[in-house]
Amino acid sequence: MPHYKSNIRILLVKKMVKPTWIARDQSACSGCRRCELACSMHHEGWMWPEASRVRIFMPFPGLEVVHLCSQCQDYPCVASCPVEALSTDPDTKAVIVDREKCISCGACIRACPGQVPFLHPGDNKATICDLCDGEPKCVEVCTEAGYNALTLTDEGSNIHRKLYSRHPVEVAKDLAVKLFGEKGEEVIE
Amino acid sequence: MTPGGYAGKWLDVDLTKGSVEEFSFPYKTLEQFFGGRGIATKILWDRIGRKWSELDALDPENPLIFATGPMTGIYPGARICVSGKSPVSNGVVGSTAATELAVEIRTAGYDGVVFTGKSDKPVYFLVTDKGGELRDAGHLWGLDCEKTLIKLNKEVTDELRKRKPNIGLWKEPGTMYIGPAGENMVRNAAVCTKMCHAAGYGGYGSLMGSKNLKAVVAKGRGSLPKVDAPEASYLLWRKAHEGCINNTMFRRWGTGHLAYGAGADTSSEPIRNWQEEWHDQKQTGVPHYMDRFWVKVKWADFNCTTNCMKVSCIKTGPWKGDITDVPDYELQAYCGTNFGIFDPEDNVHMATLMDKLGHSGINGPNTMGYAAELYQRGILTEEDIGFKLEWGDTKAFDKLAHMMAYREGIGDVLAEGTYRAALKIAEMKGLKPEETLRYAIHVKGIEIGAHGTRSDKDYTHDISYAASVQGGDHTSNVTDGYSDMSDAVFQDSGVFCMFTARGPSQKLIFDFAKAITGFPITIESWRRETGPRIVTLQKALLLMGGPDVTWAPIKDDDNPPRFYEPLPSGPYKGQVTDRERVDIRIQAYFETLGWDERGIPTKETLDRLGLSDVEPLMKKYRR
Repeated sequence: MPHYKSNIRILLVKKMVKPTWIARDQSACSGCRRCELACSMHHEGWMWPEASRVRIFMPFPGLEVVHLCSQCQDYPCVASCPVEALSTDPDTKAVIVDREKCISCGACIRACPGQVPFLHPGDNKATICDLCDGEPKCVEVCTEAGYNALTLTDEGSNIHRKLYSRHPVEVAKDLAVKLFGEKGEEVIE
Repeated sequence: MTPGGYAGKWLDVDLTKGSVEEFSFPYKTLEQFFGGRGIATKILWDRIGRKWSELDALDPENPLIFATGPMTGIYPGARICVSGKSPVSNGVVGSTAATELAVEIRTAGYDGVVFTGKSDKPVYFLVTDKGGELRDAGHLWGLDCEKTLIKLNKEVTDELRKRKPNIGLWKEPGTMYIGPAGENMVRNAAVCTKMCHAAGYGGYGSLMGSKNLKAVVAKGRGSLPKVDAPEASYLLWRKAHEGCINNTMFRRWGTGHLAYGAGADTSSEPIRNWQEEWHDQKQTGVPHYMDRFWVKVKWADFNCTTNCMKVSCIKTGPWKGDITDVPDYELQAYCGTNFGIFDPEDNVHMATLMDKLGHSGINGPNTMGYAAELYQRGILTEEDIGFKLEWGDTKAFDKLAHMMAYREGIGDVLAEGTYRAALKIAEMKGLKPEETLRYAIHVKGIEIGAHGTRSDKDYTHDISYAASVQGGDHTSNVTDGYSDMSDAVFQDSGVFCMFTARGPSQKLIFDFAKAITGFPITIESWRRETGPRIVTLQKALLLMGGPDVTWAPIKDDDNPPRFYEPLPSGPYKGQVTDRERVDIRIQAYFETLGWDERGIPTKETLDRLGLSDVEPLMKKYRR
């Protein structure tokens, strides 16, 4: 399945979608990685964990960290792109990558405070969550299983817009102390 | 042509030469042996063959196999199958563990790895999309499992990010490793993963240690192998998860609720080396674990929504910082009641200790419990052990676990596993072998899982272990030689978890297998052909056994003597495993599989299953 499929759909089918954001509860993540599978099946046509826009990092077992775009208030990735390949979706406010324009320079990765974007293992283009046009598949499978580590909010320009993505190891180190107490300071080098 | 669900390539590593090569299997072999346990048995037969009886399991020539199957990662609940000629049974055990390593090997483009030879210095093996490479593990050798995992995670992640700095973050690799027990070749040691998971049965940790191989690490960036019918697979994937999500008991407690239930209700829990199987200790109930230790109540492995795992952590007291899983029922029993320990905190500590030392949490403690019974009976003395080994004394068992892992004092004898330790102790003490073996709870050298047969109320019955080609393995026990073929044998070959197979219907699972591979497989074909093919080949290799231990046909297809002693307490007091029924059912089992009355596969059966090349070796076992 071509990668630009979702972009085309946004152009052709103008749906009524509000600004969307995926809230995450790190300690609720079971680590089942079904979000990665659902995401890649939607965008790539088959199970491809490293091509998934949402990825579960695990610096130590039990510390599963949900890592995906936080839609920072100022979108530093969009600002950093030298060829204007990145833009925000007018409806959902997701970051949209124009794969034709992308030159795989990695500027967006370096600009992101949490290093969320990555170059796709297939076509080597910048890859960021596009919110599946407002109906994210990862949220669907996560809530269906009752984990609710990923939930959908449509709060418009609410407080979340002041949140910035964080490096997964930094998140895991915090989570480690929360779960394991003092021992948590030793489990990640 | 590669069938759906297979990456199509294997890595062949010669540790003596330090060489890494690729190979693949013909379409027909994959259809006949599928993957995991099946394909591993086939590899072992092809590589060792007629030399089987002469080849010591810890000889460098014995292959150590990490096998995935066509279902791995695609069907819910990804696992890997570790195999080789078992240092414990001298047969083949398909020992599976849930780990991301299985998925990473597949996304790197491989179906498995075979190690032969022996490295002259400690190494670990790294698999990426570019192939496999051996890396120095001198700095990891001697570390416990927890430290090994922490160091490897950091080291390999940094190395991979350095290799491709521009692409963004890589997720952590999948890892399997051994602890001190494996390094020191404790015969029943485990190959461990994810801090508290392990491929325990079979003793492949010692085989790995004998090769100087500390760990196997993989990181792939590709997709999971393409399947034959992607759209059907997607729908079946959704449907299978529906079944898992509705498996509420497993989701809530895993197998952790059994520490009380298997003791109080079904009376099938090992207590003080199986002297009893009943207790009414309410503090072993799951709420005492859940409310005090569980820091994550829904913990899952790759592509699993059954999430029977929970993360336990002791946050205060002498064992502060111990982290393990539930513990699941097996370790609640073997690292708890079987030591006469009924305190959940002590239990969590002992389970963590097994994980850290790299003991198999079932098999290692079985041997330790055995030693404690010999102490109770005065066969082993305080002088032999170095301290008093009383039931319920957590510190004493803690010490013994270390002595076993590092082969110190009596630990060196116990490190040979229950069966061989029994023989050695008999020799040491000038006793007849049967005098020590009568307390050894094993079948074919493989220490028995924590489900008794005397009350007949658990899922294990008369011939569950006695007839199994994997001996005491509670995850692969026998029912009738027919329905077990499409159950455990299929799951271990698929390779996926037996608990994600509870929920979705068996028909759905086989439809899924068909959609993935395109093979015309059905429940019936696995019961009549593929399953029996795998098990019959396993049986043939087990019969050959050797060189240090061989199992006599029919005579050794039996339960340990203890299972015929009356239960001393509880609602099923006085009950024994019915000897007559064992004899009748074992004959029925042999007949179903087309083996003769002593359990030797007949020529007709071998021909029918395409195993004619095994026939010349089976002749001498027939009367």
